[in-house]
Amino acid sequence: MSSNKTETLSGAQIVVRLLERQGVRTLSGIPGGAILPIYDALSQSTLIHHVLARHEQGAGFFAQGMARATGLPAVCMASSGPGATNLVTAIADAKLDSIPLVAITGQVPKSMIGTDAFQEVDTYGLTIPITKHNFLVGSAEELLDVIPHAFRLAASGRPGPVLVDIPKDVQNQRIEVSEWPEPGVAVPVPVADTGRIASAAAMINEAERPILYLGGGVVHSGASALAVALAEKASLPSVMTLMALGAMPVDHPLSLGMLGMHGARCTNLALDECDLLIAVGARFDDRATGKVAAFCPQAKIIHIDIDPSELDKVKTAHVGIMGDVRNVLEQLTPQVKAIIRAPWLTRVAELKTNHPLRMPGIDDPRTPYGLIRAVADCLDDEATIATDVGQHQMWVAQAYPLRRPRQWLTSGGLGTMGFGLPAAIGAALAEPERTVVCFTGDGSILMNVQEFATAAEEDANVKVVLMNNASLGLVFQQQTLFYGERIFASKYKGMPDFIKVAEGFGWQALDLDQASDPLAALGKALHSRGPVLIHVSIDMREQVLPMVAPGAANKDMIGG
Amino acid sequence: MNANTKTENQALSRTVLELDVNNHAGVMSHVVGLFSRRAYNVEGILVMPVGNGETSRIWLMVNEEARLEQMVKQVEKLEDVLAVRRHGATHEVFERMEEYFR
Repeated sequence: MSSNKTETLSGAQIVVRLLERQGVRTLSGIPGGAILPIYDALSQSTLIHHVLARHEQGAGFFAQGMARATGLPAVCMASSGPGATNLVTAIADAKLDSIPLVAITGQVPKSMIGTDAFQEVDTYGLTIPITKHNFLVGSAEELLDVIPHAFRLAASGRPGPVLVDIPKDVQNQRIEVSEWPEPGVAVPVPVADTGRIASAAAMINEAERPILYLGGGVVHSGASALAVALAEKASLPSVMTLMALGAMPVDHPLSLGMLGMHGARCTNLALDECDLLIAVGARFDDRATGKVAAFCPQAKIIHIDIDPSELDKVKTAHVGIMGDVRNVLEQLTPQVKAIIRAPWLTRVAELKTNHPLRMPGIDDPRTPYGLIRAVADCLDDEATIATDVGQHQMWVAQAYPLRRPRQWLTSGGLGTMGFGLPAAIGAALAEPERTVVCFTGDGSILMNVQEFATAAEEDANVKVVLMNNASLGLVFQQQTLFYGERIFASKYKGMPDFIKVAEGFGWQALDLDQASDPLAALGKALHSRGPVLIHVSIDMREQVLPMVAPGAANKDMIGG
Repeated sequence: MNANTKTENQALSRTVLELDVNNHAGVMSHVVGLFSRRAYNVEGILVMPVGNGETSRIWLMVNEEARLEQMVKQVEKLEDVLAVRRHGATHEVFERMEEYFR
């Protein structure tokens, strides 16, 4: 507690002061009856910039974009009832991808809770399974503990979302405050077991065909450079989960890119042959492993994770190490022998040559891979790349040369269509000097299209690349491959004029279909300041390949 | 089924979990929610405040399943759960309650 002069403040003023002390400078939300006292207090803040979302889910994903880009907890706000329920998807998304978020919701006054009051919903009950922890605040005094606690929890250990539900009478309650709590920051994780780290080092030294399997935890813990150093020292071919892309540059000689359902053949085949799998901050998600019993069938497993409940959850590890991966890698790498594994690296090179990721149309900017390559050619590694969810997401994951941790913002675990635009706007708000590109589809973009208005208002430096195939592409693809080509409810009969939509919201818009020199037009659009839509038509029959059928073994890939 | 067989059966198939938790509204919901979302039935629940009432003790009787290890780890992660201890099915806390369930 730091002392100060005694002030009489409302709960709402205390919340705002605590957020300021926490270092929050941008937050997003939508006001409503039950959170108006906080908004009134926020109006008096000279430190916090409030971004008015057009839908609470947008506010949730703005905060996610800020948190994913910076690694720091970000804040979103909503009123009670529908405001809170609209936040739910963004909170659940943050839970599955371990993103530090603090959601603050207004609630009806305590005396009216449980009476089916206007805009009353059980926000606490609704958010129990989708938060790391949640609070229903009972008094203004409690706020002094709860707010820093919420930030501490969001940032500590495995990061995640925390919700604070504050009844209106608590926001209005006036109390004397003479001391302020320290801001909530991540508490250090206990040091990992040295004996297990030594065992892991011995296993790596003895292995003949090891593979390093990097997950989102590597990015969260800021351990990307350490992971690359380990791979280089011990000659470890490395695969990345969707969440880890950027942890190792995908064009690094040891990189095998993304594993799993839409990984390259060489990647999944190398995993099939490995005799040791070193999982670092990864959770053996089913999209990564395919049929678990057939995943790395010959391999012993070392599993390093900050969350003890991830160890042995899906695959039993031969050595499980609980700890912050940065701390563990700092201890592990010095114990690992510098080895050139010539036979194994030769074999992996052979797999890469014989079974590379095939990217048809890479030189034509009006095909999926060609468009992604053309965008990448216009930008450097300082650009941030966001996606929505669907075919475009997987094409970008496969083909974009991601080289920087936190360069890549995508909804991995929950797979939320509608994530991309608001997450990109959030990233642009957090790091205004960067160009933020959001690849999206015609299905996803309409799920949070209202945030075009917010982006225009904030002049966010966001470029939306809309790959329009007039369908729900991954559904169309699965119906084609696995449901006897019975295409149902995946083709759009009506299609908005996206150029007019964007222009109507105050965006610049480019239709690449009409451009006489698409590459030049693309470069000009990507380098102009402020929000720009780039629209490209894509053939609806284009597929993301290779593909592992849901539930099948990763070595049984279709196509590619 | 005679009494012996029943006891033996329970000894094989049941576990009693003892949880020290913070005592406020919602804690029970956090705990049982972890079980219900996994369709893992809780066979018995007892809870009473301890000491001055700042904390409570929750006793759970659950079926022994392969998922139990994961369940315990999940329960241990809850912010309001201070400690988790595991006991065999024959722990007397539920046996002594049986007279209220005749």
